[in-house]
Amino acid sequence: MTQSRVPFYLIVAGLVIAGLATAWARHVEMELPFFPGERRPVWLVEARVDFQALNDEVLVSLDLPDNPPGFRIHTEHATSPGYGFSIIEQDGDRRGEWSKRRADGPQTLYYKVQLIGGVPESKSGPAETEEASPPTARSIFWEEPQETAASQLLAQALSTSSTPESLTRELIKRLNRPSSDQNASLLLESVGSRSRLLERLLNQANIPARQVMGLFLEDARRRQTLTPMVEAYSGEEWVLFNPDTGEQGVPDHLLLWHRGGESLIDVTGGSNSGVSFSMIRQSVPAEELAVAQFTSSAFALLGVQQLPIEEQSMFKMLFLLPLGALVVVFMRIIVGLKTSGTFMPVLISLAFLQTSLFPGLISFIVVVSLGLMLRSYLSHLNLLLVARIATLVVLVIFLISMLSLVGYQLGFSAGMTITFFPMIIIAWTIERMSILWEEEGPREVVIQGGGSLLVAVMAYLLMKLPLANHLSFNFPELNLVILALIMVMGQYTGYKLSELRRFRAMALEQEAASEANKP
Amino acid sequence: MKWISPWRLKKLGILGMNARNRDFIGRYNARHLYPLVDNKLKTKLLTEEYGLATPALRLVVSEQHAISHIEQQLYDLDGFAIKPAKGSGGKGILVITGRHGDKFVKSSGAEIGIEEIRRHMSNTLAGLYSLGGKPDVVIVEDLIEFDNIFDGYSHEGVPDIRVVVFKGYPVMAMLRLATHASDGKANLHQGAVGVGLDIATGRCLKAVQFGLGVTLHPDTKKPLNEIKVPDWRDMLVLASRCYEMTGLGYIGTDIVLDKSRGPQLLELNARPGLSIQVANGMGLVPRLRQLEKLKPRQHKTPEARVDYVMKAFAEPLPDDPAIGVAAKTA
Repeated sequence: MTQSRVPFYLIVAGLVIAGLATAWARHVEMELPFFPGERRPVWLVEARVDFQALNDEVLVSLDLPDNPPGFRIHTEHATSPGYGFSIIEQDGDRRGEWSKRRADGPQTLYYKVQLIGGVPESKSGPAETEEASPPTARSIFWEEPQETAASQLLAQALSTSSTPESLTRELIKRLNRPSSDQNASLLLESVGSRSRLLERLLNQANIPARQVMGLFLEDARRRQTLTPMVEAYSGEEWVLFNPDTGEQGVPDHLLLWHRGGESLIDVTGGSNSGVSFSMIRQSVPAEELAVAQFTSSAFALLGVQQLPIEEQSMFKMLFLLPLGALVVVFMRIIVGLKTSGTFMPVLISLAFLQTSLFPGLISFIVVVSLGLMLRSYLSHLNLLLVARIATLVVLVIFLISMLSLVGYQLGFSAGMTITFFPMIIIAWTIERMSILWEEEGPREVVIQGGGSLLVAVMAYLLMKLPLANHLSFNFPELNLVILALIMVMGQYTGYKLSELRRFRAMALEQEAASEANKP
Repeated sequence: MKWISPWRLKKLGILGMNARNRDFIGRYNARHLYPLVDNKLKTKLLTEEYGLATPALRLVVSEQHAISHIEQQLYDLDGFAIKPAKGSGGKGILVITGRHGDKFVKSSGAEIGIEEIRRHMSNTLAGLYSLGGKPDVVIVEDLIEFDNIFDGYSHEGVPDIRVVVFKGYPVMAMLRLATHASDGKANLHQGAVGVGLDIATGRCLKAVQFGLGVTLHPDTKKPLNEIKVPDWRDMLVLASRCYEMTGLGYIGTDIVLDKSRGPQLLELNARPGLSIQVANGMGLVPRLRQLEKLKPRQHKTPEARVDYVMKAFAEPLPDDPAIGVAAKTA
């Protein structure tokens, strides 16, 4: 009691915090799911470019999505036989370029991209933050009478608005009622497209604005076209407006394909070009997605998913061991169960993971009891200890091979899995049990053997949980929390559950005494 | 009632295994001192060096080849006990009380040949009885001549007295009587009778078998409350001196009464069990805490410490050893 426990609890708290914080950081940064079987939707969008080649050099340049808000590109590739393809990045604007020395007749090019939806807004905007200086509005020139119409329209909208956003909304409202507003209908007639007019008017009002092209994602749609929209700069960020509905912000399922920059598509050496889009919704395990996506992240270096599969499965076992150890510590310190060999049950439970529970239990009991019978004969031979254990090891190997062969011939393929049992451990278990039998009698053998099996089964059930598997493999740092738990249990000085039974006589006698004293 | 509530146990002052391991063994027993008690040969040599009474060491066998010409040395002894130096829980102890022709007579009366003794020694050397199966050494020591005082109290084997010594103060004591059920062994969990002894007088406080109170010895039917250990103060002093000898703060000392030589130290245990509490019908914790509060050098000699505890831990005698005192006073 004299020594302070503060440093100990600090260490424990440190371990818990370190484990949980690392796991949380990895969850947030790498989007590793906390629960197994979580799937995330992925949109597979295919852009199809059609054009007529003019029997000349062909260069097709298509604007590609570029950090679209709400989405992240998972994979992308282009299929187009005979064409060279490359992705060119210029001023933060990505374009795919197909090229061919000579092509004639109708041509079709495909670009496919897998997009992960539901990405938080804040992370999608590196392109915007990269912009060193805020954008400036371009100057707009109208001819008369559009000049007057535009000025009037703007003046009306300005009078009923205060911010770039509200101004945009006012303008959209007016443009959507061209019948009631002569200026609007005049301008629409001359400009042609509502989004283009809106963009011009905003720029005229000295609000930076640009036309963007968005794609509404709907499952299994083909031959879709891009929807023109307008983005206005609010002074801090670009705000998207749908000129048809006046809706502000990026709706779910809207993929901003083309944002500012040059044209959507340029074709040199061809005519009649067009882009159409097809899309399909897929779902991909979140775990896979996270692993594939962050191979270069610092957090990924901590994970074992980068290792070859064979090593991964080894780690999978390894990271489950602390859980088994926790079960042993709990059963021994808090419950007070007797086991034969401290951590033998954990090794047995690992073997159960390979054999599955009931075949494993049955074969374990069969092997150990047969081994005990053989061992009782060995004790007559008066062998030295090491030689006796070695003999047992060899006999156990024979036993297990025989059992699995017999099982195989009888049609139990499960028989083969007996070979996963750790032979040396089984040999030692048999030896210990046999000595226990001679010294303490069969009762103790059953108690300790049963205790070991009980702990092994509990550890097995815990390790078998999909959640436990998933967490221990994907978040090995959570083992620090297990370590902290084990350390805390190491401080437990209270009674074991078994002692409540062991000392039950103390209560019995007290009662008997008080009964006797009463009369 | 199948269980006892932990609060009740705490109120009774029962020391649990976790608390024993952490608060007493872990705190008062330095790890490097363990070999002194875990190895009976080392204990024996140390005991002889300190001049504590103990059965004389006759023979040490540390090599397998020495076993082949052991018989002559064994034939020279009348009775002897063969023990593994690193055994635990009384495992691997072979007690030979005498000879019948070529055969050796075991304490149970069974006769065995020299071959069986050789086999036993060979097993012991190979580590069959040692913790962790490590290679071991066989020691052969003089047989104890039981004091007649315990006649009729022990079915077979040696009735020994376990005294738990904390920081040199005897805390609690019990007499362990072998029974038919325990197969001549003095281990309580195997069915031996544990008799709690009053620290002040060495008289019976309470008796238990299999955790339940008993009034008579189950085999001989002798009333257990008549037990009074003679030479009680000497015995406590002997136990107390083991503290200076080993430096271990929390030990169990196993002492037997020899007819002619008085109390003899048999062995020491750095992790004494907890059943002594059941045998005494009271918990160790209040006494241990009381001793923890004493000033470091309050009692300088073993005798002073024994006098202190004989006064401090005296208990009134019970009517029925099956019920005990603590229960009565509680």
